[in-house]
Amino acid sequence: MRSVDIPKIGSFEAWRDAARALLVARVPPEEVTWSHGEAGADLFADNAPLPQGEGAVTVPKDFLPLARLAVWHRDPERFARLYTLLWRVQTEKRLMGDRGDPLVARLNAMAKEVGRDKHKMTAFVRFRELGDPGAARRQFAAWFEPTHFIAEPTAPFFAKRFGDMEWSIFTPDLTVHFDGDLRFEPGVVKPPFPEDATEELWRTYFRNIFNPARLMPKAMQSEMPKKYWKNMPEAALIPELIATAPARARAMAEAMPTIAPARAAKVGASLREAQALRAAGQDALETALAGCRRCPLWENATQPVPGEGPLDAPLMFVGEQPGDQEDLMGRPFVGPAGRLFDDTLNEVGIDRDKAYVTNAVKHFKFVPRGKRRLHQNPNRDEIEHCKWWLGIERERVQPDLIVAMGGTALESLTGSRKNLLKRRGQVEACDDGTPLFVTVHPSFLLRIPDRVRQNEERARFREDLARVRAMVG
Amino acid sequence: MARTLDQKLAILSDAAKYDASCASSGGAKRDSRDGKGIGSVTGSGICHAYAPDGRCISLLKILMTNFCIYDCAYCVNRVSSNVERARFSPEEVVHLTLEFYRRNYIEGLFLSSGIIKSPDDTMADMVRIARMLREEHGFRGYIHLKTIPDADQRLIEEAGRYADRLSINVELPTDAAVKDFAPEKSPDRIRRAMADVRVLKEASKDKTASGKRPPKFAPAGQSTQMIVGADGANDATILKTSTRLYSSYNLKRVYYSAFSPIPDSSAILPLVKPPLIREHRLYQADWLMRFYGFEAGEITAGRGDGNLDLEVDPKLAWALGNRHLFPVEVNRAGKEVLLRVPGFGTKTVTRLLAIRRHRTVRYEDLMRMGANLKHARPFISLPGWSPRALTDSLDLRARFAPPPEQMSLF
Repeated sequence: MRSVDIPKIGSFEAWRDAARALLVARVPPEEVTWSHGEAGADLFADNAPLPQGEGAVTVPKDFLPLARLAVWHRDPERFARLYTLLWRVQTEKRLMGDRGDPLVARLNAMAKEVGRDKHKMTAFVRFRELGDPGAARRQFAAWFEPTHFIAEPTAPFFAKRFGDMEWSIFTPDLTVHFDGDLRFEPGVVKPPFPEDATEELWRTYFRNIFNPARLMPKAMQSEMPKKYWKNMPEAALIPELIATAPARARAMAEAMPTIAPARAAKVGASLREAQALRAAGQDALETALAGCRRCPLWENATQPVPGEGPLDAPLMFVGEQPGDQEDLMGRPFVGPAGRLFDDTLNEVGIDRDKAYVTNAVKHFKFVPRGKRRLHQNPNRDEIEHCKWWLGIERERVQPDLIVAMGGTALESLTGSRKNLLKRRGQVEACDDGTPLFVTVHPSFLLRIPDRVRQNEERARFREDLARVRAMVG
Repeated sequence: MARTLDQKLAILSDAAKYDASCASSGGAKRDSRDGKGIGSVTGSGICHAYAPDGRCISLLKILMTNFCIYDCAYCVNRVSSNVERARFSPEEVVHLTLEFYRRNYIEGLFLSSGIIKSPDDTMADMVRIARMLREEHGFRGYIHLKTIPDADQRLIEEAGRYADRLSINVELPTDAAVKDFAPEKSPDRIRRAMADVRVLKEASKDKTASGKRPPKFAPAGQSTQMIVGADGANDATILKTSTRLYSSYNLKRVYYSAFSPIPDSSAILPLVKPPLIREHRLYQADWLMRFYGFEAGEITAGRGDGNLDLEVDPKLAWALGNRHLFPVEVNRAGKEVLLRVPGFGTKTVTRLLAIRRHRTVRYEDLMRMGANLKHARPFISLPGWSPRALTDSLDLRARFAPPPEQMSLF
């Protein structure tokens, strides 16, 4: 039998070094006894120094994270269990992933308990101020009683969080000091701390953030077990808050509605006046469009996207409908298809700012898929309803030439999208006689997977727009 | 008479308690190990206390002021209510945040406000508080700012530079309800404000032409809240709205807040016990949509009235209504199918798939893996367990639904 004593400070590193040496020396788990901070070892132990072999010990990558937690558990068998697991993973390569194995399951449960205890320590430690609040480095201290030996592995959390303070956390097993560097000392009995006036403010907050109409003490207790209460200044309020909650909730429900204070009417009137003023400053078309309920597409969209450009523009481009980015920004052709459109306009020398750019349908039609929105083509009804708005835009701008980009625009402007690819490049006439140039929608180009074909189609689109440029002079 | 800080805190935390969100997760990781500031964000939030309503207290959740020019029927702070009013100075908010933080009471600040003077004035004051914390006091903890939808976009942009999270409440599940209950609020503006936040956040991820990264914008993203039970919307409508919001604005969370009677309530709203179980079921359904591959429509299809079953959780309710798909062969079924087994969480499924790669899973393994076998048993079969006729037994639902009970009102 060998016995190994693991000190109370630096336990993980001590266990890891011992376990590595034992493993290199091929000492089986059943021949080791482990203790924690007790110099008095097993009398019958064979404590000859272990051979200092530099044998490489390899472990699966999820072993160390497990050991780093489980080693702080209060279970007296923790060191032995971990060593047994270390011994077994040398030959059983898939053991770590097998949650059905009793030892793996037990150590994972222990690791989880330690993790939870560490988390609760980060949550429930309550500092009190010890020194002068005006000092350059203010001094704080706390008393905490963890379930497991977690003060050491949890200390870095506090060091990172309270970097400009000097603080100590006292526990029965270990004391942590921080003054820019972390130091560990043996545990103590609870020291006396001075009163801290901020605790009273904190209790005021705790009392008032609680909603008595939603009393659920069991939910509270499962997350904040009673064992922590005695060191939390706010916990003393809990019994009273629970006891008075039903009466407070009943009083709220039974109270008659009161008469509004006199100033309410005045405030309301001036607010409505301000809102009316703001509405009056908006474009009449945009205001009307914002209220459009002619078809249900508004329900899922952010906003309608009206056309953009000077009202005396000689040239009007009509696309299909806003996409994801257009819906968010409220402007036509600002997404990927819009960028392609802009690039092509630049290449052929059309100034987008001098053209009126709009869509046949004003709201984005899509189906939600998790965090994304999948574009859907507008149907005949939706195109028909939205024609009303496109008609108003045409009326206002009265362009010399309209460019229909894609089937939806073509259908809206001529009543039919048939033979789009045959009609492209031709000049048709709208119902009022305005010349209509037919081409494809830029997003069609983006959807062509084959590079060569895409380039060909881009070139054709460029040629189309070059002809448009020639037509408007 | 001037109020003390304690009195203001009492009024302005009481006024803030109806907002459900208190999460402090997802911020950009940072700390003060360099000794030059105070605070850290670890990525996963910490609940520093729990109130007797079972809610986590993670942030100092307060209103800057509960004076308000709006008249939203569901809100205790509406202009027509007679509650006591107070207003913090920016310095007071900063002081409370830092002193609470130094004592490890909180993860940071969740600041909201009634609208005073104008939306821009109010938002500017809130941004000033966040700026003071970050720039004058080196505060590296969590900041969540409730954004005012009508505020200028430049203020929202600035808010996003200081805050970890921004949120804009949609308030109610439908635009019609917002118009009825919050006449001064515009559902259109709320949608556009959420769109702005998404656009600003995405722009902050693009490198500029010089290759420099633009400043971070609300690294913990945006969230929203809906009040449940104040209007007549059913759960199908609510979940459909959530689906739209998640897909459109890249929301981290939609919070559901059971409408709770408030002191000095408006006469047009129900004065009943808050529908807490309904709220809980909505969160479960929300979870199923985000992590289990369910769609809103199938979760609410079971009962015919578009509402969730209050007696059993939505996943179990779905399985009970679709028994022809069960029992599932645990050793053969695909991941999507396993995720739909009641009692199997995402972790259980991941572990199952890992074990399956090298050996057959037995019933005893499931017990050690964290599965809820009481729920799972009728819906699975594997070596060591067969449900036989249990899957199709007529009284299966009764095994899970709680026995009828006299519900007391309070």
